[in-house]
This record gives sequence, C-alpha cells and structure tokens, in this order.
Amino acid sequence: MALYFIKRLLLSVLVVVIVIVALFLLTYAIPGDPARVALGPRANAELVAEFRQRMGLDQPLLVQLYNFFTSLLRGDLGRDAVSGEPVLNTVLSQLPDTLYLVLGSVIVALIPGVLLGILSARYRGGIIDRISSVLSVSVMSVPAFVIAIYLLLVFSIQLGWFPAIGAGTGFWDRLHRLVLPSLALGLAWIGYIARILRASILEEMNEGHVRTARAFGLSENKIMFDYVLRIAILPMITVLGIGIGQMLSSAVFAEVVFGRPGIGKLVFDAIISRNYPIVTGAVLVTTIFFVIVNLAADLLVAWLNPKVRHDLSR
Amino acid sequence: MSVQNALEVRDLNISYKVPGGKLRALRDINLNVPRGEIVGLVGESGCGKTTLMQTILGLQSSAAVTESGQIMLGDTDLLTLRPKQMRNLLGDRISAVFQDPMKSLNPVLTIGRQMTDIQFRHNISQREKRDRAVEMLQKVRIPDPESRLDQYAFEFSGGMRQRIAIAMALMAEPDVLVADEPTTALDATLELTTIDLLRDLQQDIGCAIIFITHHLGVVAELCQSVNIMYAGEMVESGPTRAVFDAPQHPYTELLFNCDPAQIPERTRHLPTIGGELPSLINLPPGCVFEGRCPKAFGPCAEIHPRRVQSGGSDMVKCHLRDPEVPQ
Amino acid sequence: MTSPADIPTPEPAPEPATAAPVARRKGSFARLVSDPLGALGLFLIALTVAGALLAGLSPHDPVALNPINRFLPPSTDNWLGTDNLGRDLFTRVLYGARIALTVSIGATAIAMITGVAAGLIAGYGPRWLDNVMLLLFDAMKSIPTVMLALLLVTVTGPSVYAVLLVVVLVNAPAYARMARTQTLAIRRAEFIDAEHALGASQARIMLRHVLPNIIGPILIVGAMDIPVVVGIEAGLSFLGLGVRPPTPSWGSILFDGFSYIRDSAWPVIAGGLPIVITTLGFTFLGEALRDTFDPKLGGQK
Repeated sequence: MALYFIKRLLLSVLVVVIVIVALFLLTYAIPGDPARVALGPRANAELVAEFRQRMGLDQPLLVQLYNFFTSLLRGDLGRDAVSGEPVLNTVLSQLPDTLYLVLGSVIVALIPGVLLGILSARYRGGIIDRISSVLSVSVMSVPAFVIAIYLLLVFSIQLGWFPAIGAGTGFWDRLHRLVLPSLALGLAWIGYIARILRASILEEMNEGHVRTARAFGLSENKIMFDYVLRIAILPMITVLGIGIGQMLSSAVFAEVVFGRPGIGKLVFDAIISRNYPIVTGAVLVTTIFFVIVNLAADLLVAWLNPKVRHDLSR
Repeated sequence: MSVQNALEVRDLNISYKVPGGKLRALRDINLNVPRGEIVGLVGESGCGKTTLMQTILGLQSSAAVTESGQIMLGDTDLLTLRPKQMRNLLGDRISAVFQDPMKSLNPVLTIGRQMTDIQFRHNISQREKRDRAVEMLQKVRIPDPESRLDQYAFEFSGGMRQRIAIAMALMAEPDVLVADEPTTALDATLELTTIDLLRDLQQDIGCAIIFITHHLGVVAELCQSVNIMYAGEMVESGPTRAVFDAPQHPYTELLFNCDPAQIPERTRHLPTIGGELPSLINLPPGCVFEGRCPKAFGPCAEIHPRRVQSGGSDMVKCHLRDPEVPQ
Repeated sequence: MTSPADIPTPEPAPEPATAAPVARRKGSFARLVSDPLGALGLFLIALTVAGALLAGLSPHDPVALNPINRFLPPSTDNWLGTDNLGRDLFTRVLYGARIALTVSIGATAIAMITGVAAGLIAGYGPRWLDNVMLLLFDAMKSIPTVMLALLLVTVTGPSVYAVLLVVVLVNAPAYARMARTQTLAIRRAEFIDAEHALGASQARIMLRHVLPNIIGPILIVGAMDIPVVVGIEAGLSFLGLGVRPPTPSWGSILFDGFSYIRDSAWPVIAGGLPIVITTLGFTFLGEALRDTFDPKLGGQK
C-alpha cells in the first residue's frame, strides 16, 4: 500500500512537469518576440539583442527548457513585465485573498450540500429528495459568473445589503464582502456534493454491515452518522478536492464582478496589459495548488481507510 | 399462544408490489419455534426463506406488504409493533447471524466499538461493556480477545468473523436467534466447528434458534425439528428424525435424494430438481409443486392441497397424504 | 465551469456495452418526454433554437448604434429594452443564441471526434503509447478549466477559435477515456481475433465494433457537456476574451450590462436569462437522456 502512495506522488510530480513543459512551449508560441514584448516597441535593436542574450533566448529550445526548469526550481518564475518585480512575489501576494474566497465557497458548498445529501438519502423518493435533485441539477448548470452578476444586481445594487466593490478591511468587513462572491462560486458545488453524497450513502445502506446494525436495533441516526457516513463521505472528499481547484480558477469571475483583488483578477488584468510572465506564473501556481489539493484529497481518502493505515504501519 | 413456543408464525401472507401486479412471496406460513430448541428451515433459493427471516426481524424491504398473519414473540405480535418498539426487541430478545461474514461487520469500526455499540440499552460504563465483549469473544474461542477488540474486521479470518457475529448476536442472551445460512460461506471444517460452537452456546444460554440452510446434513446434526419451504409455502414440518426417516411430501423426498450427504461429490448447492418454480404473480390454482412433481395426479393441477398430518410429520401439504382425496 | 465528466462516477463497465439498442429505441422519445424534466429541457432548448432561427425577423439591427435610445426600459418596440449604446437587447439576445448554439454544438462535436480518435489510438496502439496518452489526459484534467482557458487566450488572442480550442482540450479527455476503455474491452474480446484472422482491416474493426458500443454513452455525456460549453463561451466573452465585439454574445451582453449595472438592470437581465434558460435546458435534457438510456452512467437513480 506504500506503493500506492509513491505511485500517486510520482504521478502528481509527472503531471506538474508536463504542465510546466506545456507552459514553456506556450510561452514560446506567444506571437511576437518576447524580448520586444518585454522591452516595449521603442527599444533599439542593440538593446533587444543584449536582452535576448541575457535571458538566454538565443539558446537552442532544449537548453531554454532546461534553464526554465532550473529557474523554476529556484522559485524564479521570471519578472513582472510591467513592474519588474519577481512574478512569484506578485502571485503569492494575491493568493491569500483568493484562498479566503475559496474557503468561503467551500463552506457555502459543504454545509447545505452535506445536509441535502443526507436528507435526500434518508427520505429517498420523498419531497425533499425530489426538490433536492432538481435544485442540485439547476445550480450545477448555471455558470458562476451569471450567478455572481445576479447576486450583485439584487443584493448589492437593488437591496443595498452588501457592498459591491473590494475585499474590505478588518475581519467583519472582509467577511461581509466575502458573502456574495462565496455564494457565486460555491452554489454549484452544493449540487455536486449533495448528489455524490446521496449516491454513496444509498450504496452503503445496502451493505451487509448496515443490516447487521439494524438487526441489533441501533437507531437509524446512529447507523447513518456512525456506520454509514464514515464510509460514504470518502467519494465526497475526492469531489471536494476537484471542487477546490475549480473554485480557485473560477475565482476570476467573482473577483472581476465584485472588484476583489486575487489571483483571478491578477491574471485578468495581466492578459489585458499583455503581461505574459504574470499569466504563466499564476497559471503554474494555481495548477500546482490544484495538483496538491487533489493529491491531499486522495491521500486523505486512503488514510481514512483502516485497512490502508494497517498495511502502512507494518 | 402455547407457552412452550419462543416464537410462532401464524398464517403469514407477504407480497411484494411489482410492476406486473402483486408477487405473493409468502402464503399461509406457519412456523413453531419451541423454547430452547433449534428449528431448521430448508428450501431452495427463492423459496421465501429470506423474506420470512426479514419479516421476523422487521427488516423487510419497503416494497413488502404484510397481507395478514401474526408473528408472536411471547405475548407480542411483532407485526403490530411500531418501528421503534421493534428496534427495542432487536438484539435483545431476537438477534440474527447472517450469511456472509465478510460483509456483515462494519469495515471502518473496530470490533470492540461495534460490540460496545450494541450494548446501548445497558446503563453500564464503557469499561464494563468492553469486559462483557471480551467475555463473549472468549466464549466463541477467539484467542487473545482483549487486544483483538481493537482490530478491524479485515484482520480476522472468515471463520473468526462468523464467530464474532455469533458472539454479538448472543451477547444479550436473546429468546430467539435467527441464523441465516451462517455456515454456507465457510469451508467444511470451519462449518463443523462453527456448528458445534453454536450448539454449545445455545445449550448454555437456552435460546431458540431458527436455522436457515439448504444443507440437510447440518439440519440432521443440529435441529430438533425441520420445516420445508417451497415457492413461498411451507410444504412439510415435523420432528427431524421422523421427516428424515419417512418424508411425506414428494418435494422433501426429492431434496433428500439430491442431498450432498447422499451423493459422492460434495457440493455447496443442492443439485437442481427438473422444472421451474411457478410464477408467484400468477399463481396456479392447484399445488405449487405440481409442475415438477413426479407423483402428480388428478387433483394436483386443479385443487390447492390442504394441510394434513401424515406419517411422522406434523404437517404436510399434499393430496397424496390427504385421506379425503381419492387416490 | 466543471465538466460533469470531471466528477468521479462509476466508469462504464468495461465489458462490451449492453446489446440491442434497437429494442430500446422504441418509444424512447415518448419516455423522454414523459419525464417532466426531460420535457422541460426540450421546451427550453426549443425556445433557444427558435430564437436563433427567427433572429433575422427582428426589425432591429443587432449592432447598429443608436445612443439617443440608450437604457430604454422594455416596451412593445424593445421587448427587453436597450443597452448602453441604444441597441435593442432582445434582438442582440436572439443573435447571441446563434453564436451560443453553433459554438457549443460545434465545439462539443469537435471535442467528441478528437477525443474518440485519441481514445481509439490509445486503446489500439502499443502499451507505451497508451500509458503516455493516459498521462496526458490526466495532466490535462489537472489544469483548472478557467486557468487553461485564460492561458490559451493569452497565446491565441481573443477569438471564437480560442473558445473552440479550450473546449476541445477540456472536454476531449473524457471522451478519449470512454473510447479507450471500450476499445480495450473489445480488443480483448475473441470475436476481434476471429476477424483479424479473416483479414479485416484495423479501421474496419474499430468502426464496426467500438463506435456502436460507445456512441450512446458518448452522446449522453455530450448532451451534458453542452451547457458547460455554453458557459465557457459566455464566460470567455464576458471577460472580453471570446467572441469579438460587436458580434453579440450573451457573455458580452452581460459584460456590457455589468459595466453599466447602476444605470439599468435590463441589459444584465437580458444577457443572463438566455444563459440560464439554455444551460438548464440542456442539463435537464442530458439528465433525462441518461436516466432513460443509461442509468449506469450516473449512478444516481
């Protein structure tokens, strides 16, 4: 079983390497001379040539790729084309705001999602189940940015309950301004979580050990929370891992609509100002984050299985 | 209800709602389980054994409809109980051991946790519940029970898991234990030791056991009386010795003819009898066994046989044994 | 913007899919419509399609500027009012339906074809190629959808083709996996060996045996992908990275409305509503299709 952990870890590393190569090739494919882009149209030919040599742009492709990798390993993602700051610093400085947003969205998704999943499995075929199933499908299909705009329209512009722009200062102000963006990103995942949880609860309910527990007169609540959910929660953890990555990247919509700082807003602005190092740097950081979250989710699922723990401890 | 019966099933009729109408799974079932005795319940797959077991335990599927009948545990008719009242009896006065020991224990909770959980009715400390669990594991001959309580189901062999299941079922010293093919999944040696263990514990505790099986050898070894089911009906009941010596129903006779004990090659399943089970949705008017019965004659296809007493058997449903039917 | 294929569901059983789709085809449309969600889905889609087809009948020009009439509320002349440049919103929404439908259906079709082709190659090719392609599919799934889209747009510049490329890269791996699984299962089956012996060409074998077995599940997943693609197109256009103005896309209508949300609520309502209607329509239809034809695929009911 330790083999599983090693394999899973290697796979993640490999995926990151592939993504890095793809990123490198894409930067290469960006139209226009990177030196020209970096130095601006007024730079003279001499300056451009010097820049190319300094950046290693006159080297063969494979050497450039090697240089790209080694600088990445040193944490060097290049320099912001506008401010000249290291890209990593800029990206990391924007990360916390996005992470708060993702955390808020996870809470929005998790609490009602788990509740609906449990209730609709418990009262299968009943009114709650039917409403929940239509609701799940509906929230899953409407894109986050449409929800974001409608939330903005109704609750900020029309009702004035929430401020429309910015991340705020101080705990309560920040929390207040986090509500609508979190709803916009999290709503869809209520559906995903409710569905996967309902399905895995119903599957587990058919297992022999549940029948045994019932044959001993344990209450349905006890069986649900102590015997079934412990197992049924596992597929949900995997889904949540994927969800966190997707929320992180969809954050751009909530950040643009609600005028919040964050990774998404950073990339959006960088694309408009053609600040490519920022775009690739931010994509790389988000992708690595996504890979790590998924890896953590998979390892957590494995670790929650006592059989795996037992095999590892030997 | 006669006082010597721990459990008594009276004229039980159960059907399932199915798209084509009503599937009449159990029809006029009667079953007497005397106090402290082991009663065998035998039949092929699909004969209704499982439905009967589920109904006794109140674990029937939501599609099952109780048409009529009573299941008496002492003075209580289990069928009139509300779910909460039924839960109060389960694991206390009635318990069960199921077929597949690989699946009947929770995979992510320790054995100790499961064994203390089921003592939720007793107002004693966790420590005492744990001691009680250790004591039971000792009784079912699990070595080193104190430390094994903290292990998970997958750390035990199939035979051990089944012994743990038995320990859990007998922990509350119930009046009735329903054992649903508890040895079918085990190999021959384990089957024997498990049966010995079950009998020892039964004599120790004095409970009654409904032993569901399709292995006639086990019935002969373990049970005082035997009940034969076919296609949702009880076709013959009586003392084991008498039924084995002189089976009254042609179906019972056929079962014995293809009993694994009587044929050289030992098999897990009863060799099949030719023909098919009748449709339980559109029941034939006559005897349910008529289509496969080698001795079928005049009235069998038309008239449903009534219950008669014949030979050493207490009850048999066959025109051949009915003195009022002209042979 | 998550493709339903990203969510772990029980993979379709690797054995050759259940036979006799012909027998099930009878009365399938009736069964689909008898599912209330399926009927509602079809109705919403019909609404969108009708809008796209009838767009030309509108007396208004979708792109001509008319600043004097900006921010008009809905009236008998302008059913959804006008936007910040005085253009009739209802007409723009109808033309937007053309973009949304052609892009989403076209892109899904291309993703399907690319994916199935890649899956066939992975399933039929040598072992190392299979492993490499699996790794690539995994890697592609590991880049969050929106980030991938932003990155690609950086390279290609904003255009419809950028949207197509994003959709293919995001959705094709799911089809590829389905095709690969089925190809491997068929490859193991003996009747292929028999045909090999008879000298049937590889292409013929793939067409004859793999495609009929996966076409059902793939079409269902396709139906469920369409709302995701509608979202990707509108989302990129919303960020100004998709369809170029002045071509009306629901996303750009929404963004224009968002920029002037304090002046008038109507542009935002007009831009968002069709997105909601279309995504809900295709999702309901996809769910109903799955429940009717392939309950295995979702594992929900």
